[in-house]
Amino acid sequence: MFRSLAPPEYLAKIDTIKCIRCKRCIQNCGWGVYSWGGDKVLINTSKCVKCLRCFHYCPEEAIEIVDSPTRFKSNAYWGWNVIRNIKRQAETGGIPLTGMGSDLPYTILFDNLLIDACQVTNPSIDPLREPMELRTYLGKKPSKASFETGLDGKLRLKEKLPPQIKLKLPIIFSPMSYGSISLNAQKVLAMAAKECGIVMNTGEGGLHEDLFPYKSNVIVQVASGRFGVNPDYLNAGVAVEIKIGQGAKPGIGGHLPGEKIPLEVARTRMIPVGTDAISPAPQHDIYSIEDLRQLIYAIKEATNYKPVSVKIAAVHNVAAIASGIVRAGADIVYLDGFRGGTGAAPSVIRDHLGIPIEHAIAAVDDRLRQEGIRNEASIIAAGGIRSSADAAKAIALGADAVGIATAALITMGCTTCGKCYTGNCSWGITTQRPELTARLDPEVYAERLINLVHAWEHELKEILGALGINAIESLRGNRERLRGVGLDSQTLDILGVKPAGR
Amino acid sequence: MLEINAKGIYYRDLNAMIREAVAKGEKEIVVKGVNGQYYIGDGLVGNSTITIEGVPGNDLAAFMDGPTIRIKGNGQDNICNTMNGGKVIIEGNAGDVLGYGMRGGKLFIRGSVGYRVAIHMKGTKKQSPTIVVGGTAGDFFGEYMAGGVLILLGLDAEDGASLAGDYLGTGMHGGLIYVRGEVDPNLCGAEVGIGEMDDEDRATLKETLTEYCKDMSLSFDDVMKKDFKKLYPASLRPYGNLYAY
Repeated sequence: MFRSLAPPEYLAKIDTIKCIRCKRCIQNCGWGVYSWGGDKVLINTSKCVKCLRCFHYCPEEAIEIVDSPTRFKSNAYWGWNVIRNIKRQAETGGIPLTGMGSDLPYTILFDNLLIDACQVTNPSIDPLREPMELRTYLGKKPSKASFETGLDGKLRLKEKLPPQIKLKLPIIFSPMSYGSISLNAQKVLAMAAKECGIVMNTGEGGLHEDLFPYKSNVIVQVASGRFGVNPDYLNAGVAVEIKIGQGAKPGIGGHLPGEKIPLEVARTRMIPVGTDAISPAPQHDIYSIEDLRQLIYAIKEATNYKPVSVKIAAVHNVAAIASGIVRAGADIVYLDGFRGGTGAAPSVIRDHLGIPIEHAIAAVDDRLRQEGIRNEASIIAAGGIRSSADAAKAIALGADAVGIATAALITMGCTTCGKCYTGNCSWGITTQRPELTARLDPEVYAERLINLVHAWEHELKEILGALGINAIESLRGNRERLRGVGLDSQTLDILGVKPAGR
Repeated sequence: MLEINAKGIYYRDLNAMIREAVAKGEKEIVVKGVNGQYYIGDGLVGNSTITIEGVPGNDLAAFMDGPTIRIKGNGQDNICNTMNGGKVIIEGNAGDVLGYGMRGGKLFIRGSVGYRVAIHMKGTKKQSPTIVVGGTAGDFFGEYMAGGVLILLGLDAEDGASLAGDYLGTGMHGGLIYVRGEVDPNLCGAEVGIGEMDDEDRATLKETLTEYCKDMSLSFDDVMKKDFKKLYPASLRPYGNLYAY
């Protein structure tokens, strides 16, 4: 067979003196890197993706995974991946796929924004002793509130408030479907969402019956493939999301290959076993804002008016599109920046289409305020939220809440190796192979994810305390409390942020 | 039997009335004076029969699961969107985007239909959708088809006229399309195979069209006088070789 001229990315090494031949690396590797050679472990390093499963499970610390030292001659323009992708394309004629969000060195705006703090003239607050409010309600807010006195003598709202999703803190788990991730991974998200008082999103893969107990912490998604969508599904969660686009692959659809559709996935998606699950690029019943309005209200009619979220990728004209989405009746606009993760996307699309989430939040928040409709919908910002600092900055730019997915997967063992599309994830996350998914114990990993959310919760409270405010509501769209470092004046203008020192 | 006069009633109120009647177990509902109200039967679950007099608006029977709806006139767009089960009978013509993502149940249309009809229909062994169009269809008929049965009869079409538009069955990776007459291969995408009928196909047609003809008061024998062509997916994995791993 023709040997690939795309060299291995990583070099897996075993110290044969330390190795006790326990074969645990062979068992743990989902990629088939290791095999038994009679007296020692054989290594096929070209299959290694550096997910580090073997490294963590080697009892003797005998394994080392390094970036392959054999590289093409270094060239600042013709980079390693550029040459490697050309060679792969020359050999296969195919589109190179990738997983996770883009790793190219575009400017990271979050890292050029700094948050204000109180000194002398305005006191900061100690969140360990004083109450801090992170509670967030997603949904339409009335443009004015009128009150009346009830029979009990207490004031109450005159008009009924539109339906709201109550979150204990302004974080949700972003959509990841059963099929793209394992059921155990979805269970981790569901259990953590319930415990943390937030919500997870099913993605476009239906709702498996094992998640029914977590219904009040679930948003169900409707996308172009309409997999698993029926009246029960629409009514199962606290809201319904219409997915138009995804930050990692704006404007393109999805193909879940037949080999990743075993019985349970097929049953949940309501399709035959082993056929491709194709989500067309557009939803062919939505070619306009008017069409979108029709689907939003079709879903509202079918669910007795549950909140409807519309998820779009952040693209050049995002502000006008978001305005249309709000006017079409959406309760939530979900913005996904170009750094957003994916289970599978052509790398050319992931790395070159869309705009950063920071720009998108600012542009959309501005536009909705200018048009006087900011209250009509909540904004969820996602696509590369790495820390509570990113979350705080996104909220200060104008988001109501942030969505996290990659960060959640990292708590389950993910090392962002980016090979989700192969279905061989050794951590049992982005795979349906039963011997691999079985190693992801939902209860064990739910606790880690809960830990992460609690840690971010504390950090957010510390940030608010330093800012001298005691409610996340006071940070929302409060760009006065952000300053830019090393950003040009036009970027600062778009972000609505002053440069540091001013 | 319950009769509802829909004249001048806002769609949300009309649908609430229908929903309430179905929930109470009303088996026969006649809705008169319908004039463009959206979302009739949207997400409706049950086994009632609803007869519509007038022209209902878009998204009729979206997400529906069980009931039967008969429209005594024309239908508009987006009928049976993501429908799960039940039956819709349209005695006249209907518009665009019918049966999008439909998973189960039946949609029978006596007349012709517009563009983008039956896109991404899908089915399993247990559950399979069927659409029968009595007249002709516009472009993108059966695009992305992943399951179910689609029948195009062209009953009133002139001899030799094309019954479907461009992109017939493009991206098809499941299900079957039966066309009463010849099919120009230039209309179809590369993913579509055109073949002759076998016994299984004839049995499917007989069962479905017997029911269709009964619903539409047509003669089954007349409908079967012309030969059918079968359109099938050339591959269950049309995009299997698209990617480099």
